[in-house]
Amino acid sequence: MKIIDIFKLLNEKFSDSIEYLDDSCFVKASPSKWEDLAVFIKDNNKLKFDYLMCISSYDSGNKETYGVAYNFKSTSIGHELEIRIEITDKESIPSIAHLWGAADWHEREAYDMMGLKFDNHPNFKRILLPEDWSGYPLRKDFETPEYYRGMRIPKDKTYWE
Amino acid sequence: MKISDLSVLNKFNKDNIIVEKLDTLINWSRANSQWYFQFGLACCAIEMMAAAGPRHDLDRFGAIPRASPRQSDVMIVAGTVTLKMAERVKRLYEQMSDPKYVISMGSCSNSGGPYWQHGYHVLKGVDLIIPVDVYVPGCPPRPEALIQGILELQKKIKLESSLGKEV
Repeated sequence: MKIIDIFKLLNEKFSDSIEYLDDSCFVKASPSKWEDLAVFIKDNNKLKFDYLMCISSYDSGNKETYGVAYNFKSTSIGHELEIRIEITDKESIPSIAHLWGAADWHEREAYDMMGLKFDNHPNFKRILLPEDWSGYPLRKDFETPEYYRGMRIPKDKTYWE
Repeated sequence: MKISDLSVLNKFNKDNIIVEKLDTLINWSRANSQWYFQFGLACCAIEMMAAAGPRHDLDRFGAIPRASPRQSDVMIVAGTVTLKMAERVKRLYEQMSDPKYVISMGSCSNSGGPYWQHGYHVLKGVDLIIPVDVYVPGCPPRPEALIQGILELQKKIKLESSLGKEV
């Protein structure tokens, strides 16, 4: 199925929470219905998205919204789908780790690097950085701290010159 | 005392008696049994493994890997020292028994390497937390470069004076 056909199928049930732009190749969803939508695309006989390939997070650059992009594939049918969800700093996204096991670590990484919060995650904490790290490094407005636990982090060449 | 004179074996003459300073004997044994701490942090560890392997054979110089900090004399910091790892590296260094030496292998542990400007998570040189004896440049250094680092450290050890005044 082409992405426009997938969108039409989804639109029958989730017309109030999804969005598709003509020039894009992804379906934009709102976080409120995301859990139902995820169950639908996994179990529907025409979709069968049994494989979550990747979760990417992105900073839209306007200091308000941060996004997460899910890439699904159906191993039996062969079609692919990208779903994006954009939230502000105060909102959170329902976790889909109970549906696709791959989402577990990917969601933790999205939290670690971009500060996106996921509800009902089985083990929600930082995955790569130390637990006491402050800030989310992949955000555009992230400033490297001067010190971490007493270790200085020089930021320019003057340290060597 | 020249470094080239230090090979104690050359001093044996016909009656198998040797007269030499005790310092020389101690340094001779220390320099030729540099048991290094077996751990790697990044891609430099691959080159360290190659240096320890049969083709380059670090064992020729008495350098063999030990899996415990208590038994090792040399720490080869082979790879990127992230801030998360830096505390562990420091603790492992503190667990080693004296005399202990550190070889900083590769650009990352020398100065942060490719991460020196934008690496928010990388320690900009392992010498910020532990004292380094020999720096081996390269990204990563070839096994020959690491062997030269070991030999430079041997020269340094041979100049030490553990009993008398500092040379």
